[in-house]
Amino acid sequence: MRAFTRLDGLVAPMDRANVDTDLMVPKQFLKSIKRSGFGPNLFDDLRYLDEGEPGMDHTKRPLNPDFPLNFKCYHGASILLTRENFGCGSSREHAAWAMEDFGFRCVIAPSFADIFCSNALKNGILPIALAADQVEALFTLLYANEGLRLTVDLGRVQSSCLMARCGHFRSMPSAGIVCCKGWMISVSRCKAQKRSGSLSSNMRRVFPGCLEISRCDQNHHAIARRRHRS
Amino acid sequence: MLTCRPLHPVFGLQCYTPRLFKAVGFPRVGGISLLEPGHRRLDRRVLVYAALAHLVEQREDGTALIYIDRHLLHEVTSPQAFEGLTLAQRGLWRRSANLAVPDHNVSTLASERADGLAALPDAISRLQLQTLDDNCAAFNVVEIPLDDIRQGIVHVMGPEQGAVLPGMTVVCGDSHTSTHGAAGALAQGIGTSEVEHVLATQCLIQRKMKNFRVEVTGQLVPGVTGKDIALAVIGRIGTAGGTGYALEFMGSAIRSLTMEGRMTLCNMAIEAGARCGLVAVDDVTLDYFRGKPLAPEGEQWETAEQWWRTLRSDEDAVFDNTIVLDGNAIAPHVTWGTSPEMVASVHGEVPRLADMPDETAKQGLARALDYMGLTEGMPIQDIRPDAVFIGSCTNSRIEDLRDAAAVLNGKRIAPSVRKALVVPGSGLVKAQAESEGLDKIFLDAGMEWREPGCSMCLAMNADKLQPQERCASTSNRNFEGRQGSGGRTHLVSPAMAAAAAIAGHFVPVAASADGGGEEALT
Repeated sequence: MRAFTRLDGLVAPMDRANVDTDLMVPKQFLKSIKRSGFGPNLFDDLRYLDEGEPGMDHTKRPLNPDFPLNFKCYHGASILLTRENFGCGSSREHAAWAMEDFGFRCVIAPSFADIFCSNALKNGILPIALAADQVEALFTLLYANEGLRLTVDLGRVQSSCLMARCGHFRSMPSAGIVCCKGWMISVSRCKAQKRSGSLSSNMRRVFPGCLEISRCDQNHHAIARRRHRS
Repeated sequence: MLTCRPLHPVFGLQCYTPRLFKAVGFPRVGGISLLEPGHRRLDRRVLVYAALAHLVEQREDGTALIYIDRHLLHEVTSPQAFEGLTLAQRGLWRRSANLAVPDHNVSTLASERADGLAALPDAISRLQLQTLDDNCAAFNVVEIPLDDIRQGIVHVMGPEQGAVLPGMTVVCGDSHTSTHGAAGALAQGIGTSEVEHVLATQCLIQRKMKNFRVEVTGQLVPGVTGKDIALAVIGRIGTAGGTGYALEFMGSAIRSLTMEGRMTLCNMAIEAGARCGLVAVDDVTLDYFRGKPLAPEGEQWETAEQWWRTLRSDEDAVFDNTIVLDGNAIAPHVTWGTSPEMVASVHGEVPRLADMPDETAKQGLARALDYMGLTEGMPIQDIRPDAVFIGSCTNSRIEDLRDAAAVLNGKRIAPSVRKALVVPGSGLVKAQAESEGLDKIFLDAGMEWREPGCSMCLAMNADKLQPQERCASTSNRNFEGRQGSGGRTHLVSPAMAAAAAIAGHFVPVAASADGGGEEALT
């Protein structure tokens, strides 16, 4: 498992509720006795126009042009933004393996299915449960900003860091989220908060306990880039 | 040739009586205070916390290490776990706690099983099944092989063999492990990493579940089954309504259910989002398990029974959440959409877009209607299945087959139903059904009588729907593509599936039993 304490990544949308693990990895791929190589089959039925079978060369299959993960602007995404009850259904860990293999390290949704949640955490994928209106606000932000990146910083918020280790994110309004394109947002229930900068009133409304809100400076990006290179 | 080798004697090791617990050194903790700091009414017991008898360690971060009595394995979610053990050079903590059986990926055609794995046409499936055999041989795990009469769906085989018993903690790399809660066991599905963890340590890290009381009062009317209760509950609380909870089913309607009915009900707890479903132990439970191959006998049974009878919630226990359903008012249910919560009474109709509370729900409904090829407001009884599937860990036990056969007796399935499979849950269920002549009823009706396995419930093998094919299925999930890419699933009880097979469309089962539905007369 590749753990992280700080993730800066491109966000992709999966704008539907009750995404089940059958949808994430269709059953024909469960015949594999390996733990890796499921990435090309993540959301197989939605991603490709033909019916996938194990052993196919997935690079030669026709892609569904209407499926967001196939859009150029979401290539390389590592954070998935989605709706209620993500990962419901089967206990197949193949779903988490496929997410990891595809490159996702974090999923943001209003709620998650229990078994998927524990499978995800065991594979270094962080499920963050935010309130429905917060997720809605992030969707709005994502659709308005092509190439939106978010930073999930577990080190910034003590409680969420602790939760990361024990695998519980139900009270995740205290997750540290930094939105790099324009605004830095840290969401926390921390009482001793210092507000600075400005944010649209709507964002303030849906993230009421913001720890800090400030504009990203060039320096922040430079640090991120340097980290990335090293 | 079916064989019936005796299971290894050590396999029946009974660790579930309090006395033996003390002997092996795991603390049996009185009350629920350890897992429940600050909980209301600490002195009132709730069934789900009976698992405290299995508490190994309470950890400071709020999680607890729980001892696992029984670990069931199958071919799909175990190979990577065994590989992990091999790579880490770890052995099994307690070999005799494990029991393996191939079920998900097996063929249900007798011709493809005649020579063991050799006749299986799909090489990838063959390798997976062979890997289970090899791993069980290498790690000395008891496996019920494909050619054994006891082979079957893991959740049918487990209780049938007494491998799962009241008060046990049970895990399996399959979400429908919740089935075994019907025995008053704490049973839950786990992922492959946890399978490896349990193999290596016989323990699981758990977070305390909240408890959810699902009370069904009154008595069910004839033709209404545990499946309909399950669908009614999911229709009420939704597929995420039970997330984070263990559902405890109680009330007079539940007490009247047979063990098979209770297993069907607990099996579907996961479709409500709950990892566990539970039913308290009573005479029905004890009568079912008495004499099962791996159940204790004589004095050991007496000791066990004394403890098992305590496995119930106190009358005045406080639950975190409660719903009450009137059992008399539950009608047979049919799902119309692509999630088990998209369900209606057979007398009802498909919802209308205008009635949806918000935009996400409206989009979900529109997508489901499009996928299912249905129109809004359409009566459920106008839906015409092309296929019928009777089987799966939800509904493939002997009682389920009897229910379906009672409806089908002496009738033919409608010509519009092109595919009709009956897949018994295990070799023993199959043998029992054949001894009662049920196979004849199915075959005479024009249905296929198959070998045991998961079959078209998840369609990993060749039993699957074609795109746009519509199926009345006794399975548990109606997700997009679940029974085959593009396939359309309607979840129903076995009797309802049989009635739909005869009529060519969904009908209330009681009406069909009287010969109603004009096509049924042909």
